[in-house]
Amino acid sequence: MDLDLLARESALIPGQAPHPDVAPPPPPRLPSLSGAVVRLTEEPKSQDTPVKISVERLDFYYGEKRALEAISLAIPANRVTAFIGPSGCGKSTFLRTLNRLNDTIPGTRVEGRVEIDGADVYAPGTDVVDLRRRVGMVFQKSNPFPKSIFENAAYGIRVNGLARSRSELHARVEESLKAAALWDEVKDRLHESALALSGGQQQRLCIARALAVQPEILLMDEPASALDPIATQRIEELIYELKRRYTIVIVTHNMQQAARVSDFTAFFWLGRLIEYDRTERIFTAPAQTLTEDYVTGRFG
Amino acid sequence: MSSERVVRHFQEALGELKERLLTMGGLAEQRVSQAITGLVNGDADLIERVISGDEPLNQLHMEIDNRAFTLLALHQPMAIDLRAIVAALKINSDLERVGDLAVNIAQAGRRYLRHPPVKPLVDIPRMGDIAQRMLHNALDAFVGRDTLLAQRVLEEDDVLDELKTTVFRDLLSYMLEDRATVEPSLDLILISRHLERIGDHATNIAEDVIFMVSARDVRHAGGASSAS
Repeated sequence: MDLDLLARESALIPGQAPHPDVAPPPPPRLPSLSGAVVRLTEEPKSQDTPVKISVERLDFYYGEKRALEAISLAIPANRVTAFIGPSGCGKSTFLRTLNRLNDTIPGTRVEGRVEIDGADVYAPGTDVVDLRRRVGMVFQKSNPFPKSIFENAAYGIRVNGLARSRSELHARVEESLKAAALWDEVKDRLHESALALSGGQQQRLCIARALAVQPEILLMDEPASALDPIATQRIEELIYELKRRYTIVIVTHNMQQAARVSDFTAFFWLGRLIEYDRTERIFTAPAQTLTEDYVTGRFG
Repeated sequence: MSSERVVRHFQEALGELKERLLTMGGLAEQRVSQAITGLVNGDADLIERVISGDEPLNQLHMEIDNRAFTLLALHQPMAIDLRAIVAALKINSDLERVGDLAVNIAQAGRRYLRHPPVKPLVDIPRMGDIAQRMLHNALDAFVGRDTLLAQRVLEEDDVLDELKTTVFRDLLSYMLEDRATVEPSLDLILISRHLERIGDHATNIAEDVIFMVSARDVRHAGGASSAS
């Protein structure tokens, strides 16, 4: 099995093949927006938390088709921000603009700014390899390498030259497996195949793999959709704990999950950001009727 | 594999909600106690403090409602958790009314103290003790999920009702005898009604506790029937 090919399919190194789910789905049939006034609510003030990612008037194109329109928002550090919205609204596309994963899809174009810690990640000369190490990604379908559990966690560390000795490598592997709440379950079988793990464990291994290279930001695209409720709960609780050390952005089609796990929620619709506010407000008293219609299940 | 760890942050938030509710309960009890003590001891200052000190209770009332509401919106609780939060919302409402009734007692007490005493106060302080005990037990039942204790609260309500009638008849004879005692006697009768209402709120809380723990709705059962 070509490990490097597999690695390219994850977010660890550049030059990767696009994930099959990445092509834009056909637009859903939704009520027309004509005549509606769409206003952004005031963005969360960063009184107590600094802004980690700042997006300014981002447009995204698949060829001629504009999939994202004038997106502006500020993602706070050490918090969980959720992107919600119906299928095809652009939330996954937007997530991938944050670590330039869309670059690997031919014919795509970005306009506007995405700044992380004040630096525009689309500026020419940006080290995209390092970007994707700093901004890790976890996908819906967990994709562990068909190698041992240890090797999965160790791969990124090795490839990025992050350990100077075997003992340091072991220490970092242990640290990342602990951070992903997986260590206790696998510590006595680190050299068994990762594929023998349950779905929930595999997903946590993928999280460990992303954490092993010491990212600052973790992007998660429907991380629990393929998991049963108990495994989902464990991932959610893990996310709640991880935000202490990382900034987390999660795309989910499950509104209740966004409600349970996130601090801020952004509602997307037909490529636009409709509303962005504290999760509490979005789910108790959203400012936009469209948002309220979505969260109450009146459409979508 | 521990599953207790998994829902921890919701359970913590739920625990905090209960804690705030108990704080509110304690505060409400205290204010009733102070109102009665002020009346019995003729302590005008204490009575004034009760009348003007309603604000902390009102703030708690809003805070608890907001917490419960947020928990419902964000966590979609089920079964016992759902019943607990709904019970908390209702208990919150009852406790706020108890706080208001304490103020009402103090206001009546203030008026009463402007007159020479009608008689030694015996039954009213007794009612005060019973009402406070019912309230205290109802809240203990909430904490301990104790339906037996809640049931005892329901049973004490009859004693309070009887005392209210006794107080009325007693004072009626004073009023008929001496017109000067009419005004202060009416204030005492009002106070006895306020205390009886506090007992009612305590029984409401007890009924909510029984529903929370056993999912049985024992309201409007027409008297204290034994819990199964």
